[in-house]
Amino acid sequence: MNSIISVKDMCLWYGDHQALKNLNVEIPEKSITALIGPSGCGKSTFLKTLNRMNDLIPGVRITGDIRYKGADIFDKEVDVSNLRKEIGMVFQNPNPFPMSIYNNVAYGPRTHGITNKVQLDEIVERALRDAAIWDEVKDRLKKNALGISGGQQQRLCIARALAVQPTVLLMDEPTSALDPISTSRIEELILELKEKYTIVIVTHNMQQAVRVSDYTAFFLLGELVEFGRTEDIFSQPMDKRTEDYITGRFG
Amino acid sequence: MKQPLSKKRKIYEVLMKALMLLAVGLTAALVLFLLVYVIVKGVPNITWELLSTKPSYLTGRIGILPDILNTLYIVIATLVIVLPLGVGAAIYLTEYASNQRIVSIIEYAAEILSGIPSIIYGLVGMLLFSNNMGTCLMAGALTLVIMNLPTIMRTTQESLKTVPRSYREGAFGLGAGKWRVVRTVVLPGCVDGVITGCILSVGRILGESAALLFTAGFAHAVNGIIEGLASPGATLTVALYVYAKEQGEFGVAFAIAAILMVLTILINFATTTVQKKFAKKRS
Amino acid sequence: MVITNKKSYIKQTTDYNTKLQKKLWYKGSKAQRLEHIVHGIFLLLGLITVGCVLLITIYLFISGIPAILKIGIVDFLFGKEWASTAAEPKYGILPFILTSIYGTAGAVAIGVPVGFMTSVYLSKYASPKVKSAMQSAVGLLAGIPSVVYGLVGMLVLVPGIRKIFNVPDGAGLLAAIIVLAIMILPSIIKMSVTALDAVPKEYEHASLALGATPTETYFRVSVPAAKSGIAAAVVLGVGRAIGEAMAVMMVAGNVPNMPDSLFQSVRFLTTAVSSEMAYSNGLQRQALFSIALVLFLFIMLINAALNFFLKGEGSKSN
Repeated sequence: MNSIISVKDMCLWYGDHQALKNLNVEIPEKSITALIGPSGCGKSTFLKTLNRMNDLIPGVRITGDIRYKGADIFDKEVDVSNLRKEIGMVFQNPNPFPMSIYNNVAYGPRTHGITNKVQLDEIVERALRDAAIWDEVKDRLKKNALGISGGQQQRLCIARALAVQPTVLLMDEPTSALDPISTSRIEELILELKEKYTIVIVTHNMQQAVRVSDYTAFFLLGELVEFGRTEDIFSQPMDKRTEDYITGRFG
Repeated sequence: MKQPLSKKRKIYEVLMKALMLLAVGLTAALVLFLLVYVIVKGVPNITWELLSTKPSYLTGRIGILPDILNTLYIVIATLVIVLPLGVGAAIYLTEYASNQRIVSIIEYAAEILSGIPSIIYGLVGMLLFSNNMGTCLMAGALTLVIMNLPTIMRTTQESLKTVPRSYREGAFGLGAGKWRVVRTVVLPGCVDGVITGCILSVGRILGESAALLFTAGFAHAVNGIIEGLASPGATLTVALYVYAKEQGEFGVAFAIAAILMVLTILINFATTTVQKKFAKKRS
Repeated sequence: MVITNKKSYIKQTTDYNTKLQKKLWYKGSKAQRLEHIVHGIFLLLGLITVGCVLLITIYLFISGIPAILKIGIVDFLFGKEWASTAAEPKYGILPFILTSIYGTAGAVAIGVPVGFMTSVYLSKYASPKVKSAMQSAVGLLAGIPSVVYGLVGMLVLVPGIRKIFNVPDGAGLLAAIIVLAIMILPSIIKMSVTALDAVPKEYEHASLALGATPTETYFRVSVPAAKSGIAAAVVLGVGRAIGEAMAVMMVAGNVPNMPDSLFQSVRFLTTAVSSEMAYSNGLQRQALFSIALVLFLFIMLINAALNFFLKGEGSKSN
């Protein structure tokens, strides 16, 4: 298994507060990596660092090295726009734009310069199919995206992210705002997406980590405590703190 | 366990309540009186001839058509110029500015602008615009642009703040650049703030006289919009002043006052309607 | 510290072609330049307000200072006589300054109690229906153009004062004070109601639980709690009163007298500027700009006071 993102000695500060401490990790390609840990442990912050979404937050300072396919993502020459096209993101709460379903999915491709109608139609359909929502919305592509259910909205957001043809998909607790049925649909979807994409998913839900992920990283108080195959982490954790957490002793 | 209040407390109670009712009654009576008085004195003087002609010294006839048109032109010209400026400034403050010092300087400047009396605007407008381009509606409109800038800025800023962060994040997450995010996701969300700002500005422009007297002048000629903006002209309010103060034509003055009163009511109604819709959308 | 489980499953990345990556997602200079340009444009738009304030300030100083220097600052500010068109012109603006101060003080003396009492009633006693009806009424009062106030003042107030007080002309300081008092009412009411509405209900409940009557509670607990907001409302009213020109122009009589009596025909700082501007020239015109400068300085002072009170409000709610 090759690694697609490698993180070396990464630290992150919000002002004076150090939120991430000396992280070292290799994210494996075409597999699902789950980031787990109690709230406030820095897992979401870490996720958002991978496609530089933290740039949007004032007062964030990052040291260390993150390489995507061997290239430094913090290089001055890097265009974050292109980086985020490669490394897409799905957010905790479904956040479709207040526009039609079609325009939501077409937003990304249009951003990156695709204006041809035929081509756009094709991309939109493929993305919606890949996100397993095509059948539900194909008759109302022109309807406002805020009119569909929360679970559908989240799959639409996944479709929106897929439409720019990313290589990596970051998911920040994508099911935490959804009901169990929608959650299991999204989990199935994530497992299907593994074929084509590298997925990094933050989750609060340990069953979910077990169900979907190949690798798991356990975060605690801004540190990466343990990283390994999910089955190993959950069956024979190396670190006492990991064991305590997965057996429900805290968090 | 209800104890009767001491005499002193009782007097206080009764006195305060009486004073409050008196004040409210006074305020209410005042509004009612102004409304009824102006309408009663003004409406009988509103004739089709008044509305559809221009004044003529030959026949001694007074018509306010030029003033209506001038008002319309100056409203249009002012809004066309102030909207991009005010909305742009608001976007800078909420989307682009990262330096808190600059933000507070700009906001303080806007506060100062909204506190400056219109007579000073009139004077500065005269120096800045009329002395360079002649006394004309355009000079008046430019003066009004400065006066209304803070209003448009504030209402736009308020509605920009209600555009959810998650929309911006979603767009940035797809690799959209800042300008694209602003154009496609942020701007559509501030439409209601812009509309509120426009309505408030129209109200302010309709009521303005001191700032226009020395910048836009007080001619009564019927022109097209381009020609009109380039020549001097009185708006309805200025015309009211001139007819009442300089010519003693109180009938015409009250007719204009009644029209302005009705417009004010409409504008206030529109503002509350938009703001209610706005509040609903927010929740 | 990172403990990697058992053996390392993952090979370190080295085999990707970095050159290709550079081509693929390194900066497109065109898009970047556009972003910079757009950012610059918005910065300019943002700075327009600052530019306007500077422009207004500079223009007022440049055009206002020369006459003051020529006339002499003491003669200008404290001269009791304004006779700009006389053979030997006199440019003393003390009458205007005092008129503006007296007029504003009078308007505040009438407008503030009425506005304040109305606000307490609307905020604490009035049913929602009455409150919203009164709020639209106050909104209307705020929206009526000042020339309409002037017109009604000319035809109702001025003759009324003449009859009631049996004076030769009703146009004067008193008429101006009453018109200004009415015109500042809406600002005072709107802002005070907002301040009073924002007082936490807990304060009032605590007072009521101690056996105070609602009226005592509202005036002794709620009002003090909202005092900086109410103070700001008063200052806002002062600003409006001192800056009003047209309505005052129509009812104050407009003769540059010292404001010795309530029935004296007087000129305010604002009306001093507007009444002679149309035909003035030379030093007279320059002196008008100097008056505007004085007015501007008054307003800046009031602005600073307003800011002070509003800051107080802000820090309290934090």
